[in-house]
Amino acid sequence: MLRHSHAVALTVSAAFTVIAASLSASAATRLTVYTALENEQLEPYKKAFEADNPGIEVRWVRDSTGVITARLLAEKDNPQADIIWGVAASSLMILDQGGLLEPYAPAGYDKLKAGFKDQKAPPTWVGMDAWLGAICYNTAEAAREKMPAPATWADLVKPVYKGKLVMPNPASSGTGYLTVSGWLQQMGEEAGWKYMDALNENIAVYTHSGSKPCRMAAQGEYTLGISIEYTGASLKTKGAPLEIILPKEGSGWEMEATAIVKGTKNLDAARKLADWAVTKKANEAYNAFYAVTAYPGVKRDIPNYPPNAEEQMMKSYDFTWAAANRDRILAEWSKRYNAKSEPKT
Amino acid sequence: MNQSVRVPSLAPAARTPRRLRLSMGREDWIMAGGILAVGVFLIVAVALPLLALFVKAFENRAGEFVGLANFAAYFSTPSLTQSIWNSLFVASASTVITVTLGFVFAYGLTRTCMPLRGVLRALAVTPILSPSMLPAISLVYLFGNKGFAKGLLFGNSIYGPIGIIMGEVYYTFPHVLLILVTALSMADARLYEAADALGTSRWRTFWTVTLPGVRYGLVSAAVVAFTLALTDFGVAKVVGGRFNVLATDVYKQVIGQKNFPMGAVVGLVLLAPALLSFLVTRHVQKRQKAQLSARSVLLTPQPQKGRDLVFFAVCSVIALAIATMLGTSAFASFIKLWPYDLTLTLTNYDFSLVDSSGWTSYTNSLVMASSVAVIGTAVVFGGAYLVEKGRSLPLLRHAISVLALLPLAVPGLVLGIAYIFFFNHPANPLGFLMGTMAILVINTLAHYYTVAHLSASTILKQVDGEYEAVSASLKVPFWRTFALVTVPVCLPTILDILVYLFATALTTASSLIFLYTPDTKTASVAVISIDDAGNIASAAAMAMVIVYTSAAVRGLDLLVRRFGLARFQRWRQR
Repeated sequence: MLRHSHAVALTVSAAFTVIAASLSASAATRLTVYTALENEQLEPYKKAFEADNPGIEVRWVRDSTGVITARLLAEKDNPQADIIWGVAASSLMILDQGGLLEPYAPAGYDKLKAGFKDQKAPPTWVGMDAWLGAICYNTAEAAREKMPAPATWADLVKPVYKGKLVMPNPASSGTGYLTVSGWLQQMGEEAGWKYMDALNENIAVYTHSGSKPCRMAAQGEYTLGISIEYTGASLKTKGAPLEIILPKEGSGWEMEATAIVKGTKNLDAARKLADWAVTKKANEAYNAFYAVTAYPGVKRDIPNYPPNAEEQMMKSYDFTWAAANRDRILAEWSKRYNAKSEPKT
Repeated sequence: MNQSVRVPSLAPAARTPRRLRLSMGREDWIMAGGILAVGVFLIVAVALPLLALFVKAFENRAGEFVGLANFAAYFSTPSLTQSIWNSLFVASASTVITVTLGFVFAYGLTRTCMPLRGVLRALAVTPILSPSMLPAISLVYLFGNKGFAKGLLFGNSIYGPIGIIMGEVYYTFPHVLLILVTALSMADARLYEAADALGTSRWRTFWTVTLPGVRYGLVSAAVVAFTLALTDFGVAKVVGGRFNVLATDVYKQVIGQKNFPMGAVVGLVLLAPALLSFLVTRHVQKRQKAQLSARSVLLTPQPQKGRDLVFFAVCSVIALAIATMLGTSAFASFIKLWPYDLTLTLTNYDFSLVDSSGWTSYTNSLVMASSVAVIGTAVVFGGAYLVEKGRSLPLLRHAISVLALLPLAVPGLVLGIAYIFFFNHPANPLGFLMGTMAILVINTLAHYYTVAHLSASTILKQVDGEYEAVSASLKVPFWRTFALVTVPVCLPTILDILVYLFATALTTASSLIFLYTPDTKTASVAVISIDDAGNIASAAAMAMVIVYTSAAVRGLDLLVRRFGLARFQRWRQR
């Protein structure tokens, strides 16, 4: 009975929404959404949102995290985006410092896990899902070279991995930076730099993109790539001979987040999207790709994804420290590992 | 006004007579209007956006004026300044290699009767048809740690200066070839006949007639090669490894660290060598004489078995190397999972699986590239004509030729951000252009203006000013001379420019990533995001679709040349 009346109510409300939408405007509200989500995620998210919000059309502008953040910053004086959906929280903090974000607590915000929330009230950004630093390990190449699998970050400085290891340059890539800042927070600065000095001897190439080391490992260019677990899982699903290793010590992590752009002309529609982005349904959509989501209990297994991802996220990883010390750490990193720029063979 | 200083012809007696005019006639107004229009375009599309970015070099990240503090910080950081030397080394090495190979190739095409010239030429220009992702993919498949031809590197790594130089030579070769073919194709047969009659040795003729004749072209080609290699970031990003160059430093500052002021500083440092080479160009340009006077007889190469064979062999090797790069990507686009599953498959061409915009980005690209090609060719060639042959507004004409050379030295990334700062400023009346296809067209045309302009002005310099002088004294308005003499004479080069602009517009991405909207996303942008997501084979496939499209246009161009142009080029025969 209850179900029946529910269905009636739904139908009626849907009918009203359709009428309202067709009355309010002849065309749908078009939301310009800036994102760094992977291409494969765009269509399912858009469809799911638009199904629940007739009258609003999502128009994606997608690029890598670095490019999309730089574009948002450059457009600061005259923002072109209405809302950001799926860009690294650390990038959104930079935008927030520049005063580019509109504070808003979406309906249902309080249900989310604490780690996915902005410290401020009302928040300027809201977490969606998390990814973490991982090692992509090419089992085919390793078997050929009789190379043991590393289990910890500490293992990576062993001589057996010399010249077989790639990682992102933290000055170019957010993934590279979260890994470096994770080590420094975990080991303490002095030990952290000493570790990286030793690691530097084993690194063949520093790449400019965070997913690149994993892609190189998938192609057998180098046996090990320090990268993102998400990329590793999706490459493995495509058939690459990869194992995704989450080092025992735990990894620095990052989350994707949503934020409304200050000055948007479509504030109401943007708020509707922000509201929808925290729903269980939205989190279930994220969960098709990411194991760890902001909504408690939304946790389905993903093919080839390391099962223990949530436990391996460094509990103590401090975003604020990472953001505040960024310039200093990158300057030190470049001083130590840039100047000696001859390629290793 | 001061045309007597310009373009001295081979026959001093025929120098343009100075005409005395008391007032400007209708013709002069039209000409001045044309110069003004081109000047305004370059100022709006090139100068002002760059200015908007470069004032940032003198501000801190909060936007306060800090004078030279950023420069002081830059030059006291060894890890940053090291890149200057790295960049100069890589750019110089690839310039020497490209110009040498390009000259041999262009000489073979224009001055010998080696067989298969059409095929060789078609192969040699293919790098211009390919997005920068293509050589990056091919280099790794060929010379990477799992590459087919890794042995050719004798144990050296592709990730570093070797890889960058190989990539840059591939990438700059067609640009250099375009300029050198233009320069070499205009020669006065009478000079060679005279040399022959005097019993001059071939070698001596080469040094005293051929080389001086193409001096301007050689310098232009070297400047273009050097600047492109210096500012290109695509190749260095993929195969640079630990070898830092200025272009990747810009990326690190702007994209990695969102430090626009420091990005602008590195951008200015990048501009310095380019400005220097620009001064060299001006210097040589002033001494350039018109190759083709009204009385010239065009040189037609005569068969010479030994020489033709040697050139055929050398050019074939070059063309083969270029074709291998292209072939590798073509092959990669059919591979299921390189290097572990080499099964051939067509699924990589189903872009709806890997990119949400599917094929619409491709149609956008076609619209964009056609607009750039058609509008651009008219603006560039018309502009170059007015600069070379114009009679009024000398200062503005000078400014145009300076501004036309500037975009080449600006990395696409820098130009893209500069466009946001300028066009997206709330006070800019041109702000309505943001988010439209027009801004992509303007940006792309501005970005590739230089090479097109250099080709146009190279050929226009070689066409004697006497034509204009004669028509002026016959009271024929300049546009009639332009339409009935200049354009037909230069038609092959005009077509070159058209195809060049079309192909580069189809492949460019680095500045567009800041300007496209969902409705104007292009295929070249899609290639990058598909590759980003790890779908290398699909990225190769989309890159190949772009190549096939440009190649089809190129094929059309060859047909036009063979069947349509013959009529206009009959004057080339005696």
